[in-house]
Amino acid sequence: MLKLITSRLLIAIPSLIGVVIVTFLLTRVLPGDTAAYFAGPAATPQAIAEIKTKLGLDKPLIIQFGDYVGALAKGDLGTSLSTGQPVITEITNRLPASAELTLSGLILALVIAIPFGIAAAVKQGSWVDHSCRILTTAGVSLPVFFTGLLLVYLFYFRLGWAPAPLGRLDAFAMAPDTVTGFYLIDTLIAGDVETFRAALAQLVIPALTLAIFALAPIARMTRASMLAVLSSEFVRTARAAGLTPWKVIIVYAFRNAMLPVVTTLGMVFSFLLGANVLVEKVFAWPGIGSYAVEALITSDFAPVQGFVLAMAILYVLLNLMIDIAYGIIDPRARSEA
Amino acid sequence: MQIAIHRLKNGHFLISGANGAARIVGQAVDLPNNLDIQGVGTNVPGYEASWNCYDRLITHPMKTVNGTPYYDRDKFEGQLAEDMNVGDMSVTFKLKSTAKFQDGTPVTAKDVKWSLDRAVTVGGFPTFQMKAGSLEKAEQFVVVDDRTVRVDFIRKDRLTIPDLAVIVPSIYNSELVKKNATAQDPWGLEYTKQNTVGSGPYKVVKWTPGTEVVYERNENWVGGVPKMKRIIWRMVPSSGNRRALLERGDADISYDLPNKDFVELKESGKLTIISTPYSNGLQYMGMNVTKPPFDNPKVRLAMAYAMPYQKIMDAVLFGLSKPMFGAPADAKTEVAWPQPTKYVTDLAKAKALLAEAGYPNGFETDISFDLGFAGINEPLCVLVQESLAQIGIKTTINKIPGANWRTELNKKTMPMFTNVFSGWLDYPEYFFFWCYHGANSVFNTMSYQSKAMDTFIDGARAAAAIGDKAAYDTDIKGMVDLAFADVPRIPLFQPYVNVAMQKNVSGYEYWFHRRLNYATLQKG
Repeated sequence: MLKLITSRLLIAIPSLIGVVIVTFLLTRVLPGDTAAYFAGPAATPQAIAEIKTKLGLDKPLIIQFGDYVGALAKGDLGTSLSTGQPVITEITNRLPASAELTLSGLILALVIAIPFGIAAAVKQGSWVDHSCRILTTAGVSLPVFFTGLLLVYLFYFRLGWAPAPLGRLDAFAMAPDTVTGFYLIDTLIAGDVETFRAALAQLVIPALTLAIFALAPIARMTRASMLAVLSSEFVRTARAAGLTPWKVIIVYAFRNAMLPVVTTLGMVFSFLLGANVLVEKVFAWPGIGSYAVEALITSDFAPVQGFVLAMAILYVLLNLMIDIAYGIIDPRARSEA
Repeated sequence: MQIAIHRLKNGHFLISGANGAARIVGQAVDLPNNLDIQGVGTNVPGYEASWNCYDRLITHPMKTVNGTPYYDRDKFEGQLAEDMNVGDMSVTFKLKSTAKFQDGTPVTAKDVKWSLDRAVTVGGFPTFQMKAGSLEKAEQFVVVDDRTVRVDFIRKDRLTIPDLAVIVPSIYNSELVKKNATAQDPWGLEYTKQNTVGSGPYKVVKWTPGTEVVYERNENWVGGVPKMKRIIWRMVPSSGNRRALLERGDADISYDLPNKDFVELKESGKLTIISTPYSNGLQYMGMNVTKPPFDNPKVRLAMAYAMPYQKIMDAVLFGLSKPMFGAPADAKTEVAWPQPTKYVTDLAKAKALLAEAGYPNGFETDISFDLGFAGINEPLCVLVQESLAQIGIKTTINKIPGANWRTELNKKTMPMFTNVFSGWLDYPEYFFFWCYHGANSVFNTMSYQSKAMDTFIDGARAAAAIGDKAAYDTDIKGMVDLAFADVPRIPLFQPYVNVAMQKNVSGYEYWFHRRLNYATLQKG
């Protein structure tokens, strides 16, 4: 196992170096001029030149790159111009917000999608199967900003059940002391039940929005791989041996069907983390996706580079975790590695 | 003053808004990126933070325009100064003895000099804005005694005194900043970016960039105790949600909603909606006069007759702007800016003019706009495209992302484009100097060059400096007439600053910077 982890991490190093070089170059060849943008509305060419010098953008590209890598080695990702904060603090503040949202959405999606997928496979052609198909088609074809706005309209504006879509906490609640960065966990650690409920209330609708989107691939994959497994010989044998349907489906069939589901899960998670920008926008969620997009719009290099790097590292870790999960689920995967 | 109770605790005041930048500035960033206007690259919401956390020597009193309190451009009153004495080549200020910074230290002449020195030295936008009022060198600011400061003029300029009342010459607690300055950063810009160290009505107590800003009032403000204890700003990126929050009463103030929402909210009557025209501001269609076909004045005239003015007013702006076209044929040119042109949509005339100019079958060109303001710009350009197609001009619409817009403007190569310009200092010659003068600033987006125009502009500035009203009026009328006859840019409309408030919120004031003045806001 340790060997697997080390070899995986070693393989990741060249990709990370590549990511650093490519993002640096990409942000430099983009047509926007940071200095012109930040010089303000009444900028003269002289004012723009002054800002350029201040930001070090007048130096040759290779020296800028050297500065960037040098700072990176010290753990300094630079400072965002549009929020005025060090990128590293912004990312460590915002990543938990995105992760909490994404994880909640994913868990919600799993809770709905897996039983649904199993049921649809077991009762193929029944109403459960059809409603599973309708749900997954709807989930994957409705854009998240649309479901998001629809849910806000319904549950906040019309019914008044949900709190105002104003981010992670109501304007008058105090954020808990940071331990994990996940408000649901931190409030419990602090023993603050009131804030826990406030944070949970804020989280439900955005998490549901993400879940509707995420459950489609998971449910479909569960159904498809369950179908394949259910028609295989060992299941027939198990049934013939008189095992209970529960034991056949959950213990034998589902465990074997889990591998492709875990793969899909990893993909869905990493995709959601970067791509829930729209949900973050609709719910004013202070996450990492909206941060990166804002930075891109304003030609703010440092956060874009920091974001891509953080995502690259996250993907590496995620893939590693999935590989390990494979090994736990299926002993064959262990020996192959 | 009874402080209203909002949901939980006393005195909370929730303000929502996103893309809250006033239209001209065009940033997609919503909340301050820097709490100090003298910092590098401070965005427009940052200007608002500076305005409300710092005082200046002087400010403007209010007058009433169309029922809304509106800053009086021509009058000044002391803010930190109790007395202003204008001499021939200098102005002397005596500081109020009660003026104290928020940490309790008194505001002294040393602080004033240090702050003004800083404004003219740090470079970038603040230094540039000071220059607009002929405030260029640190030697101009002289400490007479502990409570007296003199500002020497390097030349006579009518804009010098008004320029001391804009946001840039804010007065900082110099000792506190110096204590936190470093060798690389002698003016302490890194410190003031995060900390508000002024004497103003509010201070920032919590700032989560891109998410939230919380202001708390200064109980010892020299202008009296501000009405609201706290002002909370939350960023709400989705305009649909901004409207929902307002209608549900969870937000007290919002601005920068789409025009359509403002019109509908106004009709519903549940909220107070105040619309005020941008002072000294215009949205226009510009043409690059250095290249064919727009180097030909006849072509430009044809374009002025081909603009779908009224359609833009109705379908794009929903009436929420002031038309800048269709003045009666016998209307006299006024000494005012902006003022409407006499152009109306007349496609037959436009076609005839094109034929005269040698383009009977039209031509092909591009129309560019800033995607940052796509809400207005995109439908506007589509209407123009449609209208031009009727006289044989084929156009391609070129959408430029906000980040590149200023770069593109600076290049001055776009053949045709729509944009807004608006000046803090509300004087016609100020607008014309930036937009039409041969000095070719970035806002002379058309690269317009005219000796006659330069003479009018320089003449008006000189006349204003010595108070020669007759010469001034002639020059202003001359430059307006010439700008309308030569039409390097076609004025379309004067945009509105739209603010939506709950019925129980009052105290909104229109300021030249178009941002909110917190000290007068109140609830209940």
